[in-house]
Amino acid sequence: MGGSRRDAQGRRRIAVRLDTDTRRVVTASLTLSAAVGVFALSFGVLAVSAGASVAQACALSLLTFTGASQMSAMAVIGGGGTVGAALGGALLLAARNGVYGLALAPYFGGSLGRRVVTAQFVIDETTAMHMAQTNPRLRKIAFWTTAIALYSFWNLGTLLGALAGSAIDPQRFGLDVAFTAAFVAMLMPHLAHRAGRSAALVGGAICFVLIPFTPIGVPVLAAGLAIIVGVGIPAEERPS
Amino acid sequence: MNTMSWSLVIGLSLGAYGFKVLGFVVLGARKLPEPVGRCLALIPAALLTALILKDTFSTGQQWVLDERVVGLAVAALAAWRKLPLIVVVVLAASATALARML
Repeated sequence: MGGSRRDAQGRRRIAVRLDTDTRRVVTASLTLSAAVGVFALSFGVLAVSAGASVAQACALSLLTFTGASQMSAMAVIGGGGTVGAALGGALLLAARNGVYGLALAPYFGGSLGRRVVTAQFVIDETTAMHMAQTNPRLRKIAFWTTAIALYSFWNLGTLLGALAGSAIDPQRFGLDVAFTAAFVAMLMPHLAHRAGRSAALVGGAICFVLIPFTPIGVPVLAAGLAIIVGVGIPAEERPS
Repeated sequence: MNTMSWSLVIGLSLGAYGFKVLGFVVLGARKLPEPVGRCLALIPAALLTALILKDTFSTGQQWVLDERVVGLAVAALAAWRKLPLIVVVVLAASATALARML
């Protein structure tokens, strides 16, 4: 951050600047959440077209609340895969929230009850917004504004998308590539490191090769084996 | 065939929440063995790539090449230029929709 004036006015300027920081963080959280909300619309549409009821689509967003897992489950179901295959791949993806939790835990105190509730909001976006801030106060603001706004938008978007679902042909609007496009955007930061690129390459190859030979859903699950490349790659090269 | 069921909704919700609680509350600040942590951090890279390839180049158990690849190319370009998520999604969907119209 820039320098500060060492007089009475300087103090005020610092206070004002913190306020600006807060506003910046809140604005960023809201923008991100609104964007995710629009994406939730496509989740709703696609979940219904994959065979979910409106209630099931909404329950997934309310309770599961981790986008990539919800989308991968519906992609497997939509493709004709079994519940087991859908669950396997989706849970493997959900495991990363456990890793985020490890990283976030030191910043969150409070009672057990409070932490058990907070845990539900430990996802990609809240973790990223939290980690992007420079001081504990802003970290907390970033986490909670993102958590609340994103939860609201994600569920509202899902509901609207699911209601519109049967009236919209996802193919016609290219909505079937919405998942893929979002996955690509989520993948990009992981390719910044050698370990991430290796895992992506190996995982992608395993999946692609297995497609014609194994039941639907299995190729994605098997791609999880690619994380073993992490054993052989030095710590300083892992994705942060 | 539609295989969607409430057992999937409940199983996924419990499982996903289980992972969140496991990391955030149960293990907390405790350190995982270094190699385990390194491997877990690679899950998104491996699985997202797998999902992208499966959703673009296959239908059911068959390899397929169709208009979806246009969307993937546009998404990759947009994401690489660090455009916001929503822009990436809209551009990719529009590109595929357009390719299908042609």
